[in-house]
Amino acid sequence: MRVGVVDRPAGDRRRREEPAPAGGAPLFELRDVGKTFGSGTVALEGLDFAVGRHAFVSLLGPSGCGKSTVLRLIAGLLRPSRGRILWHRRISRGDIGFVFQEPTLMPWATVFDNVWLPLRLQGRGRREAGEEVERALAMVGLSDFARAYPRELSGGMKMRASIARALVTRPKLLLMDEPFAALDEITRFKLNNELLNLWAKENWTVVFVTHSVYESVYLSERILVMAARPGRITGEIPIPVPHPRDEAFRLSPTYTEACRRVSAELRRAMGE
Amino acid sequence: MAVALDSDSPEIRPAAGEEDRPDPRLELLVRIFGPLALLVVVVGGWELLVRINEIPPYILPGPLLVVQSLLDNWPSLWPSLLVTLRITFLALAVAVVGGVGLAVLFSLSRWIELSLFPLAVVLQVTPVVAIAPLILIYVDNITLALLICAWIVAFFPILSNTALGLASADHNLRDLFELYGASRWQQLLHLRLPSALPYFLGGLRIAGGLALIGAIVAEFAAGTGGTGSGLAFRILEAGWRLEIPRMFAALLLISLAGILIFLAFTLLQHLLLRRWHASATLRER
Repeated sequence: MRVGVVDRPAGDRRRREEPAPAGGAPLFELRDVGKTFGSGTVALEGLDFAVGRHAFVSLLGPSGCGKSTVLRLIAGLLRPSRGRILWHRRISRGDIGFVFQEPTLMPWATVFDNVWLPLRLQGRGRREAGEEVERALAMVGLSDFARAYPRELSGGMKMRASIARALVTRPKLLLMDEPFAALDEITRFKLNNELLNLWAKENWTVVFVTHSVYESVYLSERILVMAARPGRITGEIPIPVPHPRDEAFRLSPTYTEACRRVSAELRRAMGE
Repeated sequence: MAVALDSDSPEIRPAAGEEDRPDPRLELLVRIFGPLALLVVVVGGWELLVRINEIPPYILPGPLLVVQSLLDNWPSLWPSLLVTLRITFLALAVAVVGGVGLAVLFSLSRWIELSLFPLAVVLQVTPVVAIAPLILIYVDNITLALLICAWIVAFFPILSNTALGLASADHNLRDLFELYGASRWQQLLHLRLPSALPYFLGGLRIAGGLALIGAIVAEFAAGTGGTGSGLAFRILEAGWRLEIPRMFAALLLISLAGILIFLAFTLLQHLLLRRWHASATLRER
């Protein structure tokens, strides 16, 4: 999977299927979801939004606004204190892939074994799962490093391994919690492009958490801007630029204009 | 680095740079000859002190005499060493099984942990010298009694280290296991036990030395003679007969055994962790 190999029709077709991401066929929706932690902290309040199938949605907000908590609620790792999350498709084990901010690899296991883990937990043996693991590694360009240990990899490669692990079950939904925040800009841009290319080819939905205006505009079809204390969604900005997008988009006036609008919305959300 | 990796790839860190580390040969020299030089100085000083002051061997034998005595008494000391080592390793084995088993139980049930951990602490803080005579009274079989004494001192570091290790598995990884619907057993096997391995090995290194000490202390308390007696009895026996050089020889043997146990477990730790754990890998400078 390299930058620029994606064919335009694939991207166009998806956009025809998803004319209005908020409408169309939703994958899931949050209805008045709130989360209060045991300590009494109101982490999230009144979340109401739907995410369409094959959509790329970003959650953008300052740190501490509960972005990660939203992902954990969607993943089922946390239960909402109020409201509900409605699924419009049956979701089973392995349908959701999660990518953390840290690569979160098992240091004692090789890249292959780390990527194998989700399938292994489903009871699929090394040989049986081998093909799927190889496929996931190839998708992120790590085929040659299957036998390496995480500490032998650079930050960018660790993150690729982490993404391969999330992809190995062929998920319907990919939840990404600031996955590229700890990487240098060059690597981040590269992985941004690879992620977009993969998303165009595979049929997953992505919910992407970030605190970078520029990253969210570059990647998403739709940005949900969040404010803190209590965590809530204050605005929604569509980025109606067709995919596939490439580096030229980063330099276009459309991009600058979108960034300006999103920044203004973010400032408003932060009460400035 | 043992894996064949393409080190020219820009995205992979080079193996710890050979040229920016201090010369490894020099480091090895210091590591070996540093302690050795100190040993020579101390032992030489001891021999000199004994000779110059003409200290009689029944008060303080010189090191040469101790070695001589070790060789002379080898036929009686060697079987005794084996007896002591047998108790030591048996106790250590039981401590590993019991310590790891209990730690796993603790990690599975907070209730068991809360009720049993204080008991383990009581066992740990009570001096084994004080309980050894009691155990010898209650347990008929001497070997079993010695085993229990050595076990009491050896098992706590394994228990507490392994319990800490099992509890310190990465939180995000735990979430990941939950997300993929891992069973408790899978979580234990694939996440908690590997996370605990470095902690367990640290505990094992401490427990190895302690098991030897426990075995010796229990033998002192038991004070049994005959063919099946350990090194502690040889020390007692030599003391009664005022064979001080022989006493020192037995002492030397105990120290050597302790050092060997420590080195063996350090090697084990290195072999098991060298591929992935920060403690066993070279820092890149």
